[in-house]
Amino acid sequence: MTGVVGALVEAWEELRLHRLRVLLSLVGIALSVTAMTTVLALGRITGQAQEEMSDRSMGRQTTLTVSAFPAAATSSSVDVVPAMRALVERYEVTYSSVVVSTNGRFRAAGATFDTQLSLVDPAYGTIHRVQVAEGVWFAPADVDRLAPALVVNEAFMRAIGSPPLASHPVATIPGPRPVTTVVIGVVPDLSPYDMPTAYALYDAYTRMNGAPLLDPEMGYVPTLELWVPPSLGEEGLQAVRSDLTGALGEGTQVDVWSNDVPGQEGVSRVFESVVLGVGFLLLFLGALSLVNISMVTVRQRIREIGIRRSFGATSGRVFVSIMLESVVATAVAGLVGVGLAVLIVRNLPLEAWLGFTLQDQPAFPLSVALVGILAATAVGAVAGLLPATVAVRVRPIDAIRY
Amino acid sequence: MHGVTRTVRLPDLTELHILRGVDLSVEPGEHISVVGRSGTGKSTLLNILGLLDAPTTGEYRLDGEDVGRLGARRRARRRGEGFGFVFQQFNLLPGRTALENVTAPLLYARGRAFWRRRDLAAEVLERVGLGDRLESMPTHLSGGEQQRVAIARALVRSPRVILADEPTGALDVDTGMEIMTMLDTISTETGAALIAITHDLAVAALARRHLRLADGVLTPADGPAAAPSSPAPAVAALP
Repeated sequence: MTGVVGALVEAWEELRLHRLRVLLSLVGIALSVTAMTTVLALGRITGQAQEEMSDRSMGRQTTLTVSAFPAAATSSSVDVVPAMRALVERYEVTYSSVVVSTNGRFRAAGATFDTQLSLVDPAYGTIHRVQVAEGVWFAPADVDRLAPALVVNEAFMRAIGSPPLASHPVATIPGPRPVTTVVIGVVPDLSPYDMPTAYALYDAYTRMNGAPLLDPEMGYVPTLELWVPPSLGEEGLQAVRSDLTGALGEGTQVDVWSNDVPGQEGVSRVFESVVLGVGFLLLFLGALSLVNISMVTVRQRIREIGIRRSFGATSGRVFVSIMLESVVATAVAGLVGVGLAVLIVRNLPLEAWLGFTLQDQPAFPLSVALVGILAATAVGAVAGLLPATVAVRVRPIDAIRY
Repeated sequence: MHGVTRTVRLPDLTELHILRGVDLSVEPGEHISVVGRSGTGKSTLLNILGLLDAPTTGEYRLDGEDVGRLGARRRARRRGEGFGFVFQQFNLLPGRTALENVTAPLLYARGRAFWRRRDLAAEVLERVGLGDRLESMPTHLSGGEQQRVAIARALVRSPRVILADEPTGALDVDTGMEIMTMLDTISTETGAALIAITHDLAVAALARRHLRLADGVLTPADGPAAAPSSPAPAVAALP
């Protein structure tokens, strides 16, 4: 115990004594660690951004999309949604949503306009990471509203005269029995050319308006999205297909596909390996200058090492002390480097660059920070090896007279 | 030690016999002086006594234990625990205060001595009269003060033997005598044996036992005033 503490104290005293030399020799190491950890961390954040962008359009990993429609019909009179709901209950899927994309028509502020209309369940927001710019996304209780709730895009809001959301703007679905809907949330447009788009809850909409217009030719068919664990695999996919086919009869075309993108992890690993490789190369170059300085310093300290041997320092202790000086110094440089990287990553205008807010803002990856510190420490150990060996090889009596 | 020899092989492959069968027995509390010409092996003898070097042949027993059989690690430990070195050029660690210099040997101690190292070092510095110079750098101390720091450093682990290699060599006569008197007093108080190598007959005279090393052979000197076999001019000029 005292041996370890003593060696550490000795190393720390040396570093304190030669702080300017140490500082200068470690700048390279700290900057290398900063560069490596920053790129690795940005890589992780970019990966997260890519994943979230993919989730927005295709649903989270892994989302199964199930579609069903009569094989021989041009328009459906068979309601497949109850069978889909039964499927969800049977498989106890926590997050699932019926999705029907169709045309909608609304009247507001004295004008009637056509929109894209998506009929969904509340969990759609979770599956697709929907972010509202204003208001809220659907809650399960919204199904029971007498005036169905709408979440619309900004183009829709412009079409109804851009009323403030706090005024509970309404839009009417025209028809023999007009239905008044209330806008509760606004999602941002994806481009300036977006046409008005609205989301409504499937159950609330059909209760008021009956089944929506379905047209397999146009792709207007109900689909069911199931957010499932990636481990479900091909077997689960087949089970869902055969289960729903069994429920709807052989005359129904049931398709199931997964948004699972294989190979993404492999690509990330290759990227990280390349960055780590470059980082280690940088650190190695830093280590060379560290070895150079350490060698000169040890030669200047030969007499001191001899004096310490007269105090009872074993050759092992001298070796460990010289090694520790290098290791402690580079570990501190690694810490500083990682600290700098954290500051850089936290202060980069990532959201402005990405164009959206990351929903699951990844913390600075702990593993990356550890890799940075460990790499710096390892470099310190390697750089300390040569001077430590030189220090040990000198005989105490020669060292004292040096 | 008994029959200790030390031989080194020179680059031209001839052998140089530095010590030729040295016999020496030291009791606790003894004060011994060793005089001799330069190059007669005094420092080699001191290094072997302090376990910094090993004899080529012969036996060296420390408290009855044959140190020739000890491994490097045990030898280092025995050296740290049993011996305090005082060098001619002080050999203080550069850039460290007086207190840090005296603390340094305790970094290799264990237990209480390690954890209380600063207190112990301050106590010993107080004892050598440097209680008010704890934070002084060696460069800000006089030669005599530096040697007192070196003595404090040699004493801080309470050694059984103090080995002093020309301890007054870099000091003026008065300061040298003052330092040797202090060393003699403290070693007597602590019961440590003091073995001092010196050219200075006045310094040698402080010892109770006087030895002479000539051509690698250690013999009793005639008395306190005995000069080395071929004294240096400065020594010869002494009364």
